[in-house]
Amino acid sequence: MNTNTMSYKTKQFLMFAGLTTAAFFAVVILPFIYGLYLTFTSWDGVSKNKPFVGLANYMSAFADTDYWQALGRTFIYAVIAVILVNVVAFLLAFLVTSGVKGQNFFRAGFFVPNLIGGIVLGYIWKFVFNRALVALGTSLSIGALSTSWLATTNGAMLCMIIVSVWQYAGYMMLIYVAGFMSVSADVLEAAMIDGCTGIQTIVHISVPLMVSSFVQCLFLTITRCFMVYDVNLSLTKGEPFGSSVMAAMHVYNQAFTYKNYGTGQAEALILFIVCAVVGVLQVYIGKKAEVSA
Amino acid sequence: MDMNERAARNKKISHAVMIIILLLAFVCFIFPFVLVVINVFKVKADITADPLALIGSRGFTIENFPEAMEKMNFLLSFGNSLIITILSTVITISLASMAAFVIVRNNWKACGLLFGLMVASMVIPFQVLMVPLVSLYGGLLDILNHRATLIFMHVGFSLSMATFMFHGAINTNVPVSLEEAATIDGCTRWQTYWKVVFPLLKPTIATVAIIDAMAFWNDYLLPSLVLAKKELYTIPIATQVFYGTYSTDIGLIMAALLLAMLPILILYVFLQRYIVEGVTSGAVK
Repeated sequence: MNTNTMSYKTKQFLMFAGLTTAAFFAVVILPFIYGLYLTFTSWDGVSKNKPFVGLANYMSAFADTDYWQALGRTFIYAVIAVILVNVVAFLLAFLVTSGVKGQNFFRAGFFVPNLIGGIVLGYIWKFVFNRALVALGTSLSIGALSTSWLATTNGAMLCMIIVSVWQYAGYMMLIYVAGFMSVSADVLEAAMIDGCTGIQTIVHISVPLMVSSFVQCLFLTITRCFMVYDVNLSLTKGEPFGSSVMAAMHVYNQAFTYKNYGTGQAEALILFIVCAVVGVLQVYIGKKAEVSA
Repeated sequence: MDMNERAARNKKISHAVMIIILLLAFVCFIFPFVLVVINVFKVKADITADPLALIGSRGFTIENFPEAMEKMNFLLSFGNSLIITILSTVITISLASMAAFVIVRNNWKACGLLFGLMVASMVIPFQVLMVPLVSLYGGLLDILNHRATLIFMHVGFSLSMATFMFHGAINTNVPVSLEEAATIDGCTRWQTYWKVVFPLLKPTIATVAIIDAMAFWNDYLLPSLVLAKKELYTIPIATQVFYGTYSTDIGLIMAALLLAMLPILILYVFLQRYIVEGVTSGAVK
């Protein structure tokens, strides 16, 4: 059989990748292009015609102070959450690779929050912040705990950060664990013989050899924190007074609650570009710092 | 005391400190779950009075469960979640692994183009696609509110990542000579793929299945946009709607949250090793 004809190639490609190509284009590529088109129309979500409005949606996105506030808030939240997630995850990874008893049990336990969807996690923590901590504060008469943190502006942000750290630390820990395991025992032993203390070995040997783990964890946490939606919806719902509305929730409301689909789509694109720039920049800087043993 | 003894004693102390830190961290991690479990067996008045008490003053009760199950239509949404998750996962794995096979084994232009687009598309977050998706599939085609539509979208979104992972696996783990032997024995490409290549991909299949099934099971935003009918709700949507309706009835809420978590927690007890390995190897790629 001649395998170099166009008809053979087409048949083979369609047989193996035809459905994949169709589904991928129908769900990702076409909507992406169509979404770009939508940003130039003022579609209300109902009518058949989508009037062309040029750059008006981008103008209103740039003029939408609520959006920029939400974006700024997301930025602050993401920076703090990303740092804390990775610090906690790294420390946990160090502890569960240090050879203590039951380290597999601990690893499995720390990962549990990642099994459960953000909606359920948010409601659980809402109970913790609104009821359990308040009860604890009242019975021990600790002033800072006697009212719900979720009721104050800064408190709600703090709650979002706490839940994110709790949610992602276990997952990132697994990646750091893989990083620790990849540092060869020979190198560590050599460092010990040269007189390094435990901490020095970590700072000067393990960390430089684990740069790829850091890049990966940072990328995952940055993208997730920038796009946070589920936990935001169930934990704070943007309250109090819209002070904890993150960028993704603002985009959702703009499009589906206020029916400004064009503006919402334009704001989603801006959010995506901001997030992609931060993510890629981080990877680029990280790759430069990589060393090999 | 000589050097060795002192070193041994220091090591013991540092071990003890590490275990104490780990235990404290562990308590922080499971504390929210423990709270749900102790409160689910209390009546509403007891939870309000003292959410930290182990047992309510009005005693131990399991009546929250049947009521929550009925009011959130638990069995129905469990069934929806299950069928959507299983079908989406199976279809994703079959389609993605086949596509990866043809892409790896041929350097045709179409293959390169498809794979390039897939890799590039992995950075697009769902928020950028949700408005056009609703517009296209709701407005233009009017096929929202079907489980099949959600499955189709789940598959479409997860194909890139899955194809990427199978691409790596076929490249490194499937020797071309094995395929050539199958061809000489009279296998067509189709037979070669299913009889020789696919069985060799088992570890990657497990990884993709775990990552995708967990993502499908827990997804909220996409299903909430596609499925607006009560009888189609998946567990995350049912939980969210239930919370909105009964948020003051905290006993029922506790039961609903526990029910929503239970299936995946039970699965975790049995498949823990595979899940942890799958998620790690998936992330590292």
